[in-house]
Amino acid sequence: MKSEHAMERRRFLKGTLGAASLVALSGCDNLTQSSWFPSILNKAERLTETVQRAVTPKDALAKEYGVADISKIFPANGNTDPGTEQYAEHVAQNFSEWMLEVAGLVQASRSWSLAALKELPARTQITRHDCVEGWSAIGKWTGIPVGDLMRQVEPLPNARYAVFHCADVDDEGIAYYESIAVADCYHPQTILAYELNSSPLDVPHGAPLRLRFERQLGYKQAKYVMKIELVESLAGIGGGKGGYWEDQGYEWYAGI
Amino acid sequence: MALLIQSEEAISREGAQMPIVEPSASETLSTVSTPMISTPPVIERVYRHRLPVRISHWMNVPFLIILIMSGLQIFNAHPALYWGDRSDRDQAVLSIRPMQTESGEIRGMTTILGHQFDTTGVLGYSDDMRRAFPAWATIPSAKWLAMGRQWHLFFAWFFVINGLVFTAYAFASRHATRDLAPTGKEFRGIGKSLRDHLLLRHPSGKEAKRYNILQKLAYATVLFIVAPLIVFTGLAMSPTIDTAFPWLLTISGGRQTARTIHFVACFSFIGFIVIHVLQVILTGFFNNIRSMVTGWFLVQHQGVRHEV
Repeated sequence: MKSEHAMERRRFLKGTLGAASLVALSGCDNLTQSSWFPSILNKAERLTETVQRAVTPKDALAKEYGVADISKIFPANGNTDPGTEQYAEHVAQNFSEWMLEVAGLVQASRSWSLAALKELPARTQITRHDCVEGWSAIGKWTGIPVGDLMRQVEPLPNARYAVFHCADVDDEGIAYYESIAVADCYHPQTILAYELNSSPLDVPHGAPLRLRFERQLGYKQAKYVMKIELVESLAGIGGGKGGYWEDQGYEWYAGI
Repeated sequence: MALLIQSEEAISREGAQMPIVEPSASETLSTVSTPMISTPPVIERVYRHRLPVRISHWMNVPFLIILIMSGLQIFNAHPALYWGDRSDRDQAVLSIRPMQTESGEIRGMTTILGHQFDTTGVLGYSDDMRRAFPAWATIPSAKWLAMGRQWHLFFAWFFVINGLVFTAYAFASRHATRDLAPTGKEFRGIGKSLRDHLLLRHPSGKEAKRYNILQKLAYATVLFIVAPLIVFTGLAMSPTIDTAFPWLLTISGGRQTARTIHFVACFSFIGFIVIHVLQVILTGFFNNIRSMVTGWFLVQHQGVRHEV
């Protein structure tokens, strides 16, 4: 009598728990698919950005490592070759005709050839690249501080974002782009790198120029950079969220 | 002190439902010449959990489920763990990957410190999908890193705020020192408590009014070691936080070590939850649930036997 009762109770509990977990899972999936819930989840990004910026000194440097720490293999993620005819031509010419344009909300827009950029004072940093997927790799990057370029073009007061336009397009023909705050361009470790581990950047790693924005995740490190455009708003560029990956649901503020 | 209230009404109501202890056969034989009467067992109502503790406890139920399941979604994006700052592929301490056998069949293989286990159906390959954790264990159920991160980083805030409020309350109200901190005497009785737990012998009467030593250790460890550890290792994975607080990286032993500890702490939580829920069921499910919902816990004291 008693054991029957206990068994019934156990069956009831088991059934309840099983049903509860099923409801929870499908409930979460329904919320994910709904039009309103993801925009609530999204609110955490602003809070995270506000708090992280408040606790992080403006010029605090990301940890720089020693030569012995460099990864033997630095994985190349995302697009590993822009695959366009124009880009193939640049590769054939060893990027001698590659130009970097800085334009938009600036006093005077300017263009530099790759050779001219390499004449500018360079910065070398051995830093850790943290991919949003979870892996980390350490590499030695050499390039021009983006802040130096900004000081030459003088952004206008209403310029809030620096948009990096890239040479790669995905399978559906969508052009890759990325953006960071103009204020972050002046961080000493924010550089346009042209060397990885003392060799010119290869195609999988973003030749001839890629952004290194060390205090945020890997997907912010735009490859194949052709143009930096200073804008007041990200609306109207690509999907309007500030970057190729952002348009697919990743956070614009990639500090965590 | 836990607030003790003996309600006459509760005693008579609950007492009426309790079976009066019948003397067993052997007792009847030995005491046949001396008639005995038993007073019914006394039920004491104890106010066990105060409102802030109850609220904090129940909020953690959805928060932890969501954080664990969205965390497994994030893990699936790179289903391997490492030690140190880098993730050198050949140096993984754990990996969960689909692998193709010579016959072309795909098996889910879990490798821990060089030891390989076939975990097809659950880990590595499940429901014809190449994924580390199966769809039923992740939020969202489909492979979707961006959305998993959104869930995780949203509820992480609530988990942290809930934890901070609870900790402040637990120390201000002396809940932590009075109810959770084990005493020296209790530590000396740990062997007995361990044996009782393994034999599923549960304390009753006066003993049931406070947490036993293993309970105290489990709660204190989860609240004040595992939970902070999971938050700090989570923060140590943030490249921005690493620049603001470089010591986080130093003490955690590198970003990939932090990620590994985060994962281990997560499974410590899962282990705790499984045992916790099991104990709740074994030691009087409805009484336990009632005490965590209303605060009131019923303790049964053995009836006193008198000779007539």
